[in-house]
Amino acid sequence: MSRVPLPELPGRVPDSQSERRLNAIRREAAQSGVVSEKGIVPAGAPFPQASPQTGYYGVPLLKEPQWKPEVPLYFFVGGAAGASAVIANMANWLGDDRELVRSARWMAAGGGALSSALLIKDLGMPSRFLNMLRVFKPQSPMSMGAWTLSAFSTFSAAAAFASLVRDKLGPSIAIRVAENAAGALAAATGLVMSSYTGVLIGATVIPVWNENVGTLPQHFAASGLNSAASLLEVFGHVNSRALNLLGISASCYEVAEGVLLESKRHRINEPLHKGWSGAMVRAGGVLSGPVPLALRLAYAANGNKKLRRLAAWSSIAGSLLTRFGWVQAGRASARDHRIPLELPEGTAEVRKTSHQIALKKPA
Amino acid sequence: MSTTAFLTDSTLCIGCKACEVACKEWNQLGDDGFEWSGNSYDNTMAVGHSTWRHVKFVENTPEIGRGGNSAAQLPAWGFSSDVCKHCEVAGCLEACPTGAIVRMEFGAVFIQPDVCNGCSYCVVSCPFGVVEKNEADGRAFKCTFCSDRQRAGLQPACAKACPTESIKFGELGDLRREAQERIKVLEARGVNDAVIYDPTETSVKGIHSLFLLRGDPRTYNLPPNPEVPTTYLKKAWQSAAVAAGAMLGATLLAFLGGRR
Repeated sequence: MSRVPLPELPGRVPDSQSERRLNAIRREAAQSGVVSEKGIVPAGAPFPQASPQTGYYGVPLLKEPQWKPEVPLYFFVGGAAGASAVIANMANWLGDDRELVRSARWMAAGGGALSSALLIKDLGMPSRFLNMLRVFKPQSPMSMGAWTLSAFSTFSAAAAFASLVRDKLGPSIAIRVAENAAGALAAATGLVMSSYTGVLIGATVIPVWNENVGTLPQHFAASGLNSAASLLEVFGHVNSRALNLLGISASCYEVAEGVLLESKRHRINEPLHKGWSGAMVRAGGVLSGPVPLALRLAYAANGNKKLRRLAAWSSIAGSLLTRFGWVQAGRASARDHRIPLELPEGTAEVRKTSHQIALKKPA
Repeated sequence: MSTTAFLTDSTLCIGCKACEVACKEWNQLGDDGFEWSGNSYDNTMAVGHSTWRHVKFVENTPEIGRGGNSAAQLPAWGFSSDVCKHCEVAGCLEACPTGAIVRMEFGAVFIQPDVCNGCSYCVVSCPFGVVEKNEADGRAFKCTFCSDRQRAGLQPACAKACPTESIKFGELGDLRREAQERIKVLEARGVNDAVIYDPTETSVKGIHSLFLLRGDPRTYNLPPNPEVPTTYLKKAWQSAAVAAGAMLGATLLAFLGGRR
């Protein structure tokens, strides 16, 4: 027994007041059988209540999205790759810049491969990624996405390979037909690649996502087109007038989308305006809308390529931030218990950290 | 085979958590952390990948006779054992891209653990926040409706372990009728706020885990209007079609304009 050192006692010194109080409690208990005075109020009391006004202690009803950062990154890469296939196809058909076609084809193919890698890496069981292809389920955007990505990465790789063969061996009829056919199929699936991610998050139970389901696919497609044109410029195609025009039109849409999102200031859209997610969505919107638009128009007026490069980088950053911001907004939205419970406007936030408050030492 | 269901009658629940224990034992589920929530006697807070039954503890304003409580100084308890709703139209099942989530012969929604690849799309497709991915394991899990036990002709572990028959297991139609009758019995006893939670009017089209509660179901974190996310598909794909058309138009015009 004596081997164990005695613990230090908390430092409350008994005094006449404390002893008087203890005697009073004893006297009252002996006389009336109860102690009438209010008992100890625990730190953090009164504790939160469950009620129709607060919900169940403010515990979130929905589960947060459990995607890793690979998924918003995939939204960016896949969106840019899809749009790049569309650009490659159109440049091949209408343009005279063979170099641009080649770059866009390779960007689509590389993006397709990277997209697959990112999606597989996000899976809880990457070894089972082929299970995605055991069913074809039109009512599941994730299933449609998996099939689209498979088709897109195949066609875009085929188109890139065909363009390589054509450059090495010369444009025979057979290889041109092969390149054009693969390129057209890549562009067709690329259109879906750029826009379906908006369907993917829009058709879920997350309030801020399904609230904006009507424009999310367009928003993501514009973001994809913006980043594809900008990435091609960054890779050296700063003389293509078509890419600048594309950048201008995509930025115009992003300005409109930004105005729309800012004007819809109701409770469901709160994560788009408040907190980290709001900051990211807003920064993404500014960097992919008004900033590159102004820079590109200035470039069109004075021909300063620096401005155009700056616009391209701004769009790329904006597009990335947009995707990360929206996923983050989905997390914040899932945490807001008030929306799925349809609690009345102005309902106070319930203290969700009551246990932490309770554990805090009284001042 | 007929459609089986749960009727969880919160007016009979005593908050003993035997269902939680029985569920964890039968299904060999791991712990869900040992933390104090500070919210009544509920330290589990929600169903999740390792908690398929969860008893909610609601402290009502003191009311003599309510919650079996005769001391007006103590809160009147309301307990309700939450579980996967096994929706008639299930968001998770519709969303699953691998076909891992299936409808069983007795109507249960079941995640085949040998097919699930952990894409976690079901997590954001469940209007009740039931399905959750186990990050350590990589796959999504939820109540199986004890499909293994049902196949063997047994009732689910939670229903079997419930000491007050608060969790009833039986045929869906029978239980719907039984719930109505129970409401009448309660009304005859002066309990006027008992309701059945079964959202048949929403896109979920009803659930196979009925709840009989006192008061507003929102107190028990049950949404008034749960929606299956497939209801948003039409609007979403329309927007995608507009997006595709606009992209084609914009690139076409850009390259026509680029030629000069």
